[in-house]
Amino acid sequence: MTGTTSAARLIVDQQTRPRLPTYLKLRHDAGRGRWVLLAPERILTPDETAVAVLKLCDGNRTVAEIAEALAAEYSAPVEVIKADVVELLQGLADKGYVRA
Amino acid sequence: MSAKDLEANGHVQSITVDDEPTSGVSGSENASEALCALAPVGLLAELTHRCPLQCSYCSNPLELERVNMELSTEEWVSVMEQAGDMGILQVHLSGGEPTARKDLEDIISAASKAGLYTNLITAAVTLNRARLEDLAKRGLDHVQISFQDVDAENAERIGAYPGATQKKLDVARWVTELGLPLTVNAPIHRQNIHNVGRYIDLALELGAQRLEIAHVQYYGWAYLNRAALIPTYEQTVQSIDLVERARERLKGVLTIDMVVPDYYAKRPKPCMGGWAKGFMNITPSGKVLPCHAAESIPHLKFDNVKDRPLRDIWLNSDAFNAFRGTGWMKEPCRSCAFREIDWGGCRCQAMAITGDPRNTDPACALSPYHGEMVALARAEAAEPPKPFIYRNPRNAPGAAKRNERSPAMADS
Repeated sequence: MTGTTSAARLIVDQQTRPRLPTYLKLRHDAGRGRWVLLAPERILTPDETAVAVLKLCDGNRTVAEIAEALAAEYSAPVEVIKADVVELLQGLADKGYVRA
Repeated sequence: MSAKDLEANGHVQSITVDDEPTSGVSGSENASEALCALAPVGLLAELTHRCPLQCSYCSNPLELERVNMELSTEEWVSVMEQAGDMGILQVHLSGGEPTARKDLEDIISAASKAGLYTNLITAAVTLNRARLEDLAKRGLDHVQISFQDVDAENAERIGAYPGATQKKLDVARWVTELGLPLTVNAPIHRQNIHNVGRYIDLALELGAQRLEIAHVQYYGWAYLNRAALIPTYEQTVQSIDLVERARERLKGVLTIDMVVPDYYAKRPKPCMGGWAKGFMNITPSGKVLPCHAAESIPHLKFDNVKDRPLRDIWLNSDAFNAFRGTGWMKEPCRSCAFREIDWGGCRCQAMAITGDPRNTDPACALSPYHGEMVALARAEAAEPPKPFIYRNPRNAPGAAKRNERSPAMADS
């Protein structure tokens, strides 16, 4: 199969190096005072914490590293954050919005 | 930040701003009224009514706008700039066939510069690779290609365009090769509904991100051709089951969006996500409509981008305010617990079937017209399909007359 669709469902774990597909655009929507993730025929509205996660999804950092960075920044327990990041990214991967 | 805040479902909510034929079927759920009042999130720009295909399921109005009425390049560029300024997020470039405009390049450049996410909704038969590549460089974000069927012969009969299938497959391949996301649009009706499963295979083979199983909605030419198009209840249910199973199986691989034919529904669709709530449509000549079928409602006054700024039209145009919110509603909508969920359904369908756009959409089981609408659909689907009245300028005058004579069940 050609193209940019991954052939199988991505299962997100601590070692996954997530990235956003190039066609997704994370953009600040100044008029409405929120962030939006623009996708084909869709507008997603991640909140502040989800945006913080998405900005770290560069294809280099692992999920564990992303969670550690956030835990340090927000002084939150890293194990809890790890689980939450996996859940967030798995949900997005299942909609085709996160790759690895 | 509390860790609990990172729960996926609480955090990233999907707002659909679908385009034709799914346009606005699902709408914004979390933007507040005040924000909606400032700007829609989606703009459907019908750049032209010219089209190389002649599909009878087209939702364009019967009175197709002529090429000499079309907005100029400068006028479309201004529309894109105004759209970006007022906070519109996505523009769907449609028609007719948008690539029939020689200046599509300039329009896409302007849209991209204005910060809009640009969707090209195309039949693809007249696109070549060099042009597509140029459009991508100018900032085109996404391409949607319609396939009239997976069987080439039937597809070319439906679209009345010999050789269409191979051209579409070529363009679809170029789209993915250029790294653009691809949507396969499958307009479903009784003459191709047996191939829903094979549409899913096709989308996978082409490497599409997204497949739209878009059961035809009966507006414009499709309304006129309903007896040639409407599937049986059983076929409809079967196709929905098939899609739901595939969605589960293809989670994370292919997004499948589905629009179902609401003649068999119990609850109406929240058409456009609510009238004038998140969406606007501009016709080739610059008329600004709350939905692409709105001209079927008599006495609505539409403004033109040539005469008035886009934001002013959004906020103050008579046509936008006519059915905005819930104040216009009659019973059973007025006191219904779902009035701010489905917004009374579709005004154009209420007009077409009941003769009064303020009535509850007859797709709703609470409408006194509902039983008759279902019976009508079942009766038409049980008969052999009528011949297509192809969507073309030659058939337009006759089609308009024919429609006037058949106001559904207005007297019932």
